[in-house]
Amino acid sequence: MSEEYSSSELLRFTTAGSVDDGKSTLIGRLLYDSKSIHQDQYEQIKKTSEKMGEAEINLALLTDGLKSEREQGITIDVAYRYFSTPKRKFIIADTPGHIQYTRNMVTGASTANVALILIDARQGVVEQTKRHAIIASILQIPHLVVCINKMDLVDFKEEAYNKIQEEFESFAAKLDVKDVHFIPISALLGDNVVNRSTNTPWYEGSTLMHYLENVHIASDHNFIDVRFPVQYVVRPYSDEFHDYRGYGGRVAGGVMKKGDKVMLLPSGFTTSIAQIDGPTGEQQEAFPPQSVTIQLADDLDLSRGDMIVRENNKPEVSQDMDLMICWFTGDVKLKEGGKYTIMHTTQEARCVIKDIRYKLDINSLHRNEEDKDIGLNDIARIHIRTTKPLFTDPYRTNRITGSVIIIDEGTNNTVAAGMII
Amino acid sequence: MNYHINHLRELESESIYVMREVAAQFENPVLMFSGGKDSILMVHLAYKAFYPARIPFTLLHIDTGHNFDETIRYRDDLVAKTGCKLVVGSVQEAIDNGEIREETGVNASRNGLQTHVLLASLEKGKYDAALGGARRDEEKARAKERFFSHRDEFGQWDPKNQRPELWNMFNSKHRMGEHFRVFPISNWTELDVWQYLAMEEVELPSLYYAHKRMVIERDGILLADSEYIPKKPDEVPFEEMVRCRTIGDVTCTGVWRSEAATTKDIIEEVATTRMTERGGRADDKRSETAMEDRKKKGYF
Repeated sequence: MSEEYSSSELLRFTTAGSVDDGKSTLIGRLLYDSKSIHQDQYEQIKKTSEKMGEAEINLALLTDGLKSEREQGITIDVAYRYFSTPKRKFIIADTPGHIQYTRNMVTGASTANVALILIDARQGVVEQTKRHAIIASILQIPHLVVCINKMDLVDFKEEAYNKIQEEFESFAAKLDVKDVHFIPISALLGDNVVNRSTNTPWYEGSTLMHYLENVHIASDHNFIDVRFPVQYVVRPYSDEFHDYRGYGGRVAGGVMKKGDKVMLLPSGFTTSIAQIDGPTGEQQEAFPPQSVTIQLADDLDLSRGDMIVRENNKPEVSQDMDLMICWFTGDVKLKEGGKYTIMHTTQEARCVIKDIRYKLDINSLHRNEEDKDIGLNDIARIHIRTTKPLFTDPYRTNRITGSVIIIDEGTNNTVAAGMII
Repeated sequence: MNYHINHLRELESESIYVMREVAAQFENPVLMFSGGKDSILMVHLAYKAFYPARIPFTLLHIDTGHNFDETIRYRDDLVAKTGCKLVVGSVQEAIDNGEIREETGVNASRNGLQTHVLLASLEKGKYDAALGGARRDEEKARAKERFFSHRDEFGQWDPKNQRPELWNMFNSKHRMGEHFRVFPISNWTELDVWQYLAMEEVELPSLYYAHKRMVIERDGILLADSEYIPKKPDEVPFEEMVRCRTIGDVTCTGVWRSEAATTKDIIEEVATTRMTERGGRADDKRSETAMEDRKKKGYF
């Protein structure tokens, strides 16, 4: 089998910003300069630009999807965009930046390797910038790129850029962000987006595209702690595979090897890995984010929601946990003492909200212990108890085994996302 | 040691994960099969997801009656090979029963009529999940689709009221009569699909490769000539070397001037082409929001 078409890596990034930051223009620019826009798409936005009476073709129109969004000139939902270069394939989760859309930013951020934050060079760090950075930090996006945009409107002055960088750094010192990069750009004119700008001779860093193509993402997964949530038990019941019993799932952490001694949760039984089958047949090892089917040496009770781990490296097995949550609905408030359905990896349980510890002010990082009124887009720390033990890790060490969603049992809606502390 | 998989294997893994979630979370899932390359890819991925067990999904084909012969032959071979159960929802039957009325005029197509038959078939089979091969890169309304897309009891999509989807957790909770559309290949692009099919050496219907065919030209789009397309007086069929980039109903599938005879040629063509694949779809050309409008009503 030939893998010749597939030497490239997949990178997911999220963009946050308002219309005024030039976010849509930046995405349009990335797509346009990387030649990912097709002629019919180009003609369609040209037609629409003319209809709206604009002199130049409006690259921002490329990212406006739904009718109601175009009418109102805003983005309502997370939109996914795709482009690729010979080195990487990119998935952009494009989210609106207004406070009422925090839930969309959180959604887009949950799977991102990189967060792209836009700052208007004339405005500097504003409330919205801080909010984006806080969300990127809470959601533990591994890499942060701060694009200082509209440099053309400040005459590409180095002082303007330096001032904003300092401003951002002094604020970010309070956050849990590991890897921050700054790039002076003009999305409108293309400076330092794909092509290096001659207007910023004082800037020695890479262009945005060069950064996206080269940022090291290979260690964004956890390769240390073996975690295999059983997703689906494969039982053929056929003559050929009469006694076959395989455990399908996606490796959530660590490297699993054929022959490894493993422990099953919740039973605590130990056995070893007899065989690992992947999409291309038998393989000797499996690691995140591979989907595989695992056969064990012994016939033990194991089903969906259970987990395969290493005996000397177990996750927390507990019914009590603290979470940072983002509340997603305006219909109902979070209820202390309220009962909800909770999903964690492939497990489902019920939980009761034991305590609302504090509400986080998303602009100042202030923890307000008096305010227990948690509504749409609020971020809070809570304590819950579940009906059965979950096998968890802190979100900091594993984004998959450290995350949950909370579902309202009356409406079936996903009302909150939670990160285990 | 650097543990690393390429983008196609990562997309494959994601799709397999989503399909296994469907099998685990739903009682009666169905896979919508059109005979196009995306639904062929879906069956291929489903095969891998559950091997060595059989694919736990029924295949549902919404048949407009205006098919390319190759599509039907390919479908029947695939059913025989996988041992899947096939259910056909027939547009012709619905017309004969007076449930829906045929469009008239030169641009008449049964494309829109499929929505009714699809929803009726889902209701009749009591399917609670319908897996589809739609991709977010295809069209701007699809760019906002979830993996698990909730549909109300009328099968409608409400784009403003979608469930947030985080990490890899999918909330499939629904009331009786509601269902989900699930799109496991949401994150694949047209090029990804072709590169993957080439890598996996998947055989496709011959329509996808360049061949000589009688065509007519309408509004700058080439359509395969067929008895189902009413022709204007000045539309004279002529022979061209063409291939399909998408395959749907004969009346609205544009064909494409092409010399690409192998999957390798096609990858080359897709990588350098200047038009999106749906650029040749007459059904999308009806208005700027044609897809969004149809999707809200329950289209694929």
